[in-house]
Amino acid sequence: MFANLDFDVIRRSLAYLFVDGMTFTLTLTALSAAGGLIFGTLIALMRLSSHRVLGWVAGLYVDFMRSLPLVLVIFWFYFLVPYIGQWLTGASRPIKVGAFASSLITFILFEAAYFSEIMRAGIQSISRGQPAAASALGLTYSQTMRYVVLPQAFRNMLPVLLTQTIVLFQDTSLVYVLSIPDFLGAASKVAQRDGRLVEMYLFAALVYFTISCIASFGVRRLQSRIAIVR
Amino acid sequence: MIDISHVNKWYSPAFQVLKDCTTSVAKGEVVVVCGPSGSGKSTLIKCVNALEPFQEGEIKVDGIRVNDPKTNLPKLRARVGMVFQHFELFPHLKIIDNLCLAQEKVLGRGHEEAAAKAMKLLERVGLNDHAQKFPAQLSGGQQQRVAIARALAMDPIAMLFDEPTSALDPEMISEVLDVMVDLAREGMTMMVVTHEMGFARKVAHRVIFMDRGEIVEDADKEDFFGKPRSERAQKFLSKILSH
Repeated sequence: MFANLDFDVIRRSLAYLFVDGMTFTLTLTALSAAGGLIFGTLIALMRLSSHRVLGWVAGLYVDFMRSLPLVLVIFWFYFLVPYIGQWLTGASRPIKVGAFASSLITFILFEAAYFSEIMRAGIQSISRGQPAAASALGLTYSQTMRYVVLPQAFRNMLPVLLTQTIVLFQDTSLVYVLSIPDFLGAASKVAQRDGRLVEMYLFAALVYFTISCIASFGVRRLQSRIAIVR
Repeated sequence: MIDISHVNKWYSPAFQVLKDCTTSVAKGEVVVVCGPSGSGKSTLIKCVNALEPFQEGEIKVDGIRVNDPKTNLPKLRARVGMVFQHFELFPHLKIIDNLCLAQEKVLGRGHEEAAAKAMKLLERVGLNDHAQKFPAQLSGGQQQRVAIARALAMDPIAMLFDEPTSALDPEMISEVLDVMVDLAREGMTMMVVTHEMGFARKVAHRVIFMDRGEIVEDADKEDFFGKPRSERAQKFLSKILSH
């Protein structure tokens, strides 16, 4: 059955797959996770604030992002971001935004919606006595968040945040719709050029599986190490 | 020092939790607030440093109106120490850092100065050996003593205690009360919500009895324990003093 498969195609394309493809995938994952986390924290704080309009806007944003398929959002932003840039800067024609920048913005905005829900649960898991004790000591709202609530909340939710980041790592493969050579895109290019679809897609699956598996295992190890004893 | 006048608070239009509460705590005075659970005593003490808002009336701490929107609440709270029923130490920080955090971030003290102050206070509550531990490694009584030291580190002008011994095992209650008795004898202004009548007899100047959101009795210690005027206070006292 394997007689007419040529696995040597993998060896020949290794450099292209990893140096170009995987680097792109990992960069996009890391930057999207970092941006999504910052933006997601802001949305979570907005949602938890006593200010009704802020909470409503944040809730609407999260619901909106979570009810759209990611591929659709990626497409959309690719076409929309140049026009938004033009509108923001008042330029005379649509601003050229590379596929990387546009996909990065998309993932940050999309992941922020998911991260914010994780953060919200994490912040709500801190007992109300903690912020009360912090304010009683004279800490302001932002100091209370920064030194008391968020450090505890982060530790509680870090495993879930990292698991979501592993999902993000897999989701970045969807940028293939913009013909960006991420890892899967690179594998797919080689596959079609050499007519070795089975070999390349098998290999791509194996790589995604291995990385995600090892990362999940690491998250579990970390979880037991950082838990706050109460 | 603390002036509470005609405070009314509703949780919802149908549920009034504080009804026209008026009392005061003078400088150096120790006032014990007691009453059955749900009588509003914890709510009242939390109104004093604005952890709980109230709709009507006025509370002044050292002449500053707590319910004035222009009042700098963090600044005011930093001057009033508070000890909670469930300690509320910060579990992610070491004991020493629990004591240093607000000193550094609120009072702007340097780390050296804050740590020195923290160690002095830990020694005072007998816990200087535990400075490098985390709160969860301490017993309830020890945690509550740390919480008192944490409040004292801010050099407060008054201390509020919200049922400081209710969450403790019986054998740990006295170690916390001892610290509070010392504090009272040193002349600290204290408002203490507690059921510990032994503590009240020993150091309180006045006792306030609350029931259903009202201050039913506000009397000198001798009068309160000698001959409480209201029937409700008599009933309450007979219940908790009969054991």
